[in-house]
This record gives sequence, C-alpha cells and structure tokens, in this order.
Amino acid sequence: MGKLTRTGFITVLVMVALAVLPPMFLWSGQAFYMDLATRLVILAIAAVSLNLILGFGGLVSFGHAAFIGLGAYAAGIPSYHATWGGFEAIATYNGLFQIALAVGISALYALVTGAIALRTKGVYFIMITMAFGQMAYYFFLSLDIYGGDDGLTIDVRSELPGINLDNPLSLYLLAYVSLVVAMVIKFLIVNSRFGMVLQGAKGNPERMVTLGYNIYLYRLVAYVISGAMAGYAGFLLGNFTTFISPDMLDWTRSGELMFMVILGGAATIVGPVLGASVFILLEEILSSYTIFWQLPFGLMLIGVVLFIRGGLMGFFKGKGD
Amino acid sequence: MDYTLLFVQVLNGVQLGLLLFLVASGLTLVFGILDFVNLAHGSIYMVGAFIGASLTFYLGNFLLAVLIALPITGLVGYAIERLVARNLYDKDHLDHVLGTFGLILVLNTSAHLIWGPEGIAVPLPAWLDGQVELFEGAVIPTYRLLIIATGLGVAAGLFWLVNYTRLGMLIRAGASNRTMVSALGIDIQSLFALVFALGAMLAGLAGMLISPITEASIGMGGQIIITTFVVIIVGGIGSMKGAFIAAILIGLIDTLGRAFLGDLFELVMNADAAQTAAPAVSAMMIYILMAAVLAVRPQGLFPPKVR
Amino acid sequence: MSAILNTSALCKSFGGVTATDNVSLEVEAGELHAIIGPNGAGKTTLISQLSGALRPDSGVIEFKGQDITTQPAHKRARLGITRSFQITSLVMGMSVLDNVALAVQARDGHSFRFIKPARKIRHLRDAAMQSLAHVGLDARADTATSALSHGEHRQMEIAIALASGADLMLLDEPMAGLGPEESNTLVSFLKTLKGQRTILLIEHDMDAVFALADRISVLVYGRIIATGTPGEIRNNADVRHAYLGEE
Repeated sequence: MGKLTRTGFITVLVMVALAVLPPMFLWSGQAFYMDLATRLVILAIAAVSLNLILGFGGLVSFGHAAFIGLGAYAAGIPSYHATWGGFEAIATYNGLFQIALAVGISALYALVTGAIALRTKGVYFIMITMAFGQMAYYFFLSLDIYGGDDGLTIDVRSELPGINLDNPLSLYLLAYVSLVVAMVIKFLIVNSRFGMVLQGAKGNPERMVTLGYNIYLYRLVAYVISGAMAGYAGFLLGNFTTFISPDMLDWTRSGELMFMVILGGAATIVGPVLGASVFILLEEILSSYTIFWQLPFGLMLIGVVLFIRGGLMGFFKGKGD
Repeated sequence: MDYTLLFVQVLNGVQLGLLLFLVASGLTLVFGILDFVNLAHGSIYMVGAFIGASLTFYLGNFLLAVLIALPITGLVGYAIERLVARNLYDKDHLDHVLGTFGLILVLNTSAHLIWGPEGIAVPLPAWLDGQVELFEGAVIPTYRLLIIATGLGVAAGLFWLVNYTRLGMLIRAGASNRTMVSALGIDIQSLFALVFALGAMLAGLAGMLISPITEASIGMGGQIIITTFVVIIVGGIGSMKGAFIAAILIGLIDTLGRAFLGDLFELVMNADAAQTAAPAVSAMMIYILMAAVLAVRPQGLFPPKVR
Repeated sequence: MSAILNTSALCKSFGGVTATDNVSLEVEAGELHAIIGPNGAGKTTLISQLSGALRPDSGVIEFKGQDITTQPAHKRARLGITRSFQITSLVMGMSVLDNVALAVQARDGHSFRFIKPARKIRHLRDAAMQSLAHVGLDARADTATSALSHGEHRQMEIAIALASGADLMLLDEPMAGLGPEESNTLVSFLKTLKGQRTILLIEHDMDAVFALADRISVLVYGRIIATGTPGEIRNNADVRHAYLGEE
C-alpha cells in the first residue's frame, strides 16, 4: 500500500504544482515562465499519449512527433485558408472543426502506418515508425504552399466557444484540463479489459495469442488512440506557438518525447508528466548557461539509460519493486 | 523523353545509392552481429566529413586527407564502442535507441564546438573538379565517377571480407551464435570493437565523399540515418547483399523521382497541380516503396537466414 | 466414440530435417491421450502445429469436424484449443490473478472494452480464483508472477489452461523441472480432470504417462510408430525396440 500512496502523492504533487505555479507566475508578471509551463503541459499530453503504446504496450514507436505535427497543421491550414482564401472546404477558424480534423487526421495516419508497422516487431518496428514519421516531415517540407521549410504562421488562433486562446491563461488552463483528461482517459484504458490485453501482449505476446487474442488488432487500436491524442496535443501546440514548421515533425522531436517518457518512468500514469517537466526545465536551465547545452544533456541521457532503471518514478518508489 | 538526361540521372541515382550503401553496410554489419541499433551512425558519418574537411585544408590535398581521416574516424568509432555501445549490448532495443540518441546530441554538439555552426565546403583538386563527356551530350562531373568507382570498390571489398576471409567467417558466425564464437577462444569483445570501428570508417568515408558536393554540416547525419534505415529495412536487416540492392534501388528511385515525377504528373494533371504535388510525392516515394515491400515481405527483401 | 481432433498425413520439415512425418492422429473427446517419444522426436513441433504456432507443410488438421489447418493460433484458441508451454510462458510483470483472469476474459468475445476496470469485474475474478483454487494457488493470487517458484509457475500454466475453458488442452511437458512430490500432486490433479476435458499430454515422466493416459501414441523421428492403451504400448515390440532401445 505504501507504494501506491507514494505514487498517488507524487501525482497529486506534480499536478497541483502545475495547476498553481504558472498562474502565479503570470500574476507576478513573469510571462516567460507561463509560456514555459504551457509548452511543458502540451508536451506532457503528447508524452502521456506516447506512453500508452510505449510504456503499457511495449511498442517502441519512434514517429510520434508526426502526429503532433499533423495536429498542428490541422489547426494552421484551415486558419491559413480562412485568412488568405482557397480550399473552401476546410477554411475556417472554428476550433472544434480543427480539433476534429487534427484528431481525425492523426488517427487516420496512425491507422494506415500502424497497420503496416505492427506487422513487424523489434528493431524493424522502431525503424519503420521512425521512417513513417520522417515521411510526414518530408511531406510538409516539400509543400511550398504552406511555407515548406520556412513554416507556416498562424495569424488567427482557433476560435472555441467560451475560451479565448489569445489569452495566455485561458490557453494554459485549456492545456492543463486537457492533460488531466488525457491522464484520466489513459488511467481508464490501462485498467480496462482492453488495457489488460495490451499489457499482456507487452509481457508475453505468444501467451496472449494462445489465449485467443488477436494482439495485432488490440495494438493497432492502441496505436490509433495514442496517435489521435498526440494529434490533439499538436492542435494545442500550434495554437500556442502560432508558428508551425516541419521541424515539429522531425524524428529528433520523437526522440525527445520518448526520452520524457522513459525519464519519468514508463508504464506509470504520471511518469510522462514528470519526465516532460524535468526535461523542459533542464533544457531551459542548461540552455540559459550555454548554447552548447545539448552536450551535458546528451551525456545525462546516456547516464539515465545506463544507470537509472524505471525512470524517476521507479527511483522515487524505491528499488525492488 | 530525353535519354541523355535520363542516363545522367541514372548515374546520379547510382552514386547516391552507393553512398547510402557505405552508410548502410556499417549499420547493418553492427546490427547483424551485435544486435545493436545505433542511431548515432549518422553522426559518425558527419564526424568523418568534418575530419576529412579539416585535414583537406590542413594538408591541401583531398585524397591524402581522406586516407588519413579514415583511420581517425575508425578510432572515433572504437572509442564510442568502448565507452558507450559496449555497455548497452545487454540491454533492450529501447535502451539502445535512447542511449545512442544521447550520443547524437553529444557528437553533434561537439562538432558544433569544434567546427562551428556553419557548414564547411570542401575543395577538390583541379583534376577532379572537371567534367567528362562520356558520349555526345552526357557530361558528368569527374568527381561523381570517382564516387561511383570508390563505392563499387568498397562494396566488392566488403563482399570479399564477409564471404571469404577468416574475419568474415567470424562475423557471420558471431551473428548466429555468439557463445559459440567465444567458446572457440576468440576474443569476442575485440571482434565487436573491430566491427564497430569498421562500420564507423565506412560511414565516415561516405561523409568524406559527399562533403565536396554538399558540404560538411551538423545536420547531415540526422538526414541520412533515416534514409539508411529505409535501405536496411527494405534490404533485410543484417543482410549485406540486401543492403546493396536496396541502396541502389532507393538511390535510383529518389533521384529519378525528383527529376522526372513533375513531368510525369503533367501528363495526367494540369501543370500547377503537378508542380505542387510532384515534390511532395517524390519526397515520400522511398517511404511508399518501404511500405509496399513490408506489406508483402515484413522481413525485407533478403532476410538473413539466421535470426 | 467421436474424435474431437483429427490430423491426417501431417508433414513439417525444417531445412532438410523432417520433424513431423506423415502424422495421422485421432484424439477422442474426453480422453487423455499421451504422446511419448525420445528427445528430438518432434513432439513440441507437433503441438505447435496443432495450436497454430507453426503451419504444417502438408496435411490436414480437423477440430470438432472443422478444417483448421490454415487458421491462425488466436482463432484456434477461440474454437477451444489451448496449450501450455514446456518452457514456462506467463506474463511475468502481472499478478498471478491477472494472468489467469486474462484467460477467462478471452472467453467473453472481444475485449475492446475501455472503461470499466478489469479487476472489478466479478465473473472474471471469480472464475480465475476458482481455477487457481483448483490447482491450489489461490493464496498466491495477488503475488507478482515473477515472485513465484518454478513449481508454482507450472501450476499456473495448468490453471490458465483450465480457466480458458478450452475443450482440448495441449499440455507440453507440464512436469518439466518438477520434483517427485510436486509431480505426484500434479498427476493426481490431472486425474481429477479426466473425463471432463480432452487432454493431449506430452510427457517424459513415464510413470506419470502410464498412470494417466487412456491411450498413448509413440512418436519417433517425427513418425507415429504405435498407438494404443498403456498395456498395448508396454508390450509393443516396435516400441520397446525403437524407444526403449531393447532388442
């Protein structure tokens, strides 16, 4: 029981800190930290979504940034056309439509690429998800109409009923509530019958097949849910940065996301949030000292892989779990 | 259709394919034998390019610089094996991926520290900097022919090494049976380090060869590594023959797609639409090829027998 | 007499090695049918073809009168075939109860149910506990599977096979690695199952086989050289020659 309460304690601590601190920064005139917190919370949603397949499904998916990018472009492209004309079918500032588009497109991309990638396993799966992620990257890179390499600026943020995304606090609160909802959804899924099958397939696929489970289908559904959730995070990220570029889809972004999950502790609900927090804060602190901050960061990453099992959550829970 | 242009583009495609093969062969060797996924392989390609560039300026001779840069890149590979990779072999693929992702940050930032943020253009000696007219209208830069010749030479050397030498026998045995090889009294640790260094040299060579055409830059490793993955997925991970065939195939498809897809599209749609669609589709072509191959053969075209 | 499982002219080879050579086998509903044979006779390969983990090169497998030769493993499981593994195959990261509950859950049709917590679903829990109680592991239900002993893992394999509700249980050396006492317990337990479930048993422990089996088939170099009651097999000259090495 002690273990459970400690996990619960950390969860509450992290979530309360994220609820209370950023608005305080804002009121004390430190808008910069508010921005940081917004980015952190949005990336945490993406990390939570990745953890569904990585931590609980055991699927080392290395193309997750593609879903975020698709979601961001799903916010940016309709807005672009609403401003500059063309492509009447999707030209709108309507946020609900954009969210539906972001979630729909990401889910569809996850369905198609997942259907192929999940036929393979192990290192093939890693490389294929990576390649599909990079395919989306090159797709947007070569679409000159949406800025190509130079990216796309969102002139008008999404319009949502009752929420003004131009107000930093509103945007933050939306992101925060979304994160909580994402965590609750994942908590439900993981503990449901579907989640048990997913985790069983991670631990012993052969056994699950012998029991009569078509694990390919279960994994594919998890992959689609995860991709859709990341697409939603992308919608938020696009509205936050108001600038979208193919760089958001680059495979190194996927690597960072993966690292957040592992750093915080895979196969836990709050781990990815903790991981994203530590990751973003460290990045911020290190980069304020030197432009070569990636050097110590990379060394730390190697250190974590070599020495810390189970991520920070494993560390807090203590050994011998 | 302009056949001379087609011929020139085919040569360009073969040249790209051979460079891809140099990078892919090292990666597939390391994976096949060590079961180790090395994301940082692209960064070694970059390091090789920078070392080659520096030495070219220092020595004033490109070819000599390449000859000296090769063993240095091999040493870098050896050091990476010693310090990082070796400690990861026993862990799972996820750890390989994350650990070598960290290594990428370290290598790229180190390159930034040493060589600065800008790319370095590498000058060629005069006799390589010209062009050759192979036949009426087909003008090819001399240097591209050198790349093709080098690529083919290295490929031949690798096939000989893997298939006909004692080292090659050990490499093939190590892939299928690690304990067996060590039971024979062969120092498996040294074998692994040697293979790793060899892979680094091959990637470094590719980096050195490409840098007079593009330039040595920090981002170059991140770009090529994914294409290399596509090559070895299509070819079958761990297969040298597969890597070769897939590399040439992908080099050709990528080059020809970029060159001719627009014209092809104009046959079926209006010019505007074709000019928008063609770059996007040609950028995705190799991935579509990969998906198609996997849909039919999830293990790639030439899966190695053991494994 | 009705056969629940029928194979005819089953063949499987790896490279040049024939692992299953023209095997025609008939398992009757309700019987405990044992397959014995020396190491490398192809027993596990045969089980794998029956469960669907391997595809035969030629021949036909029929289960309850239905041709299942090309059905994937998970579909065969749904039709009512389950197997235990020679080398323990459990989900180590889950609790004992969760492992068994997954077997029960598999009977309920699909598991695309995302909201209700699986551990709070009564009938899954009850049926799993019942299977665990059956093999005497109920006290260990909430323990992590990885913390159990080898003997307990073997018991879990049986509990899972029971919980799956399968009509045909393919048991691949359930006694492997067990001490004499544990083996005896398992033998008497399997005896209680006789008549309720059809069991195809692969086992090296001859005492166990002769104590349990209704019929025995002898597999040598991938070929069935004899099938009969324990008494017939004991006195079969071919078997004594080929298997026991007696002249």
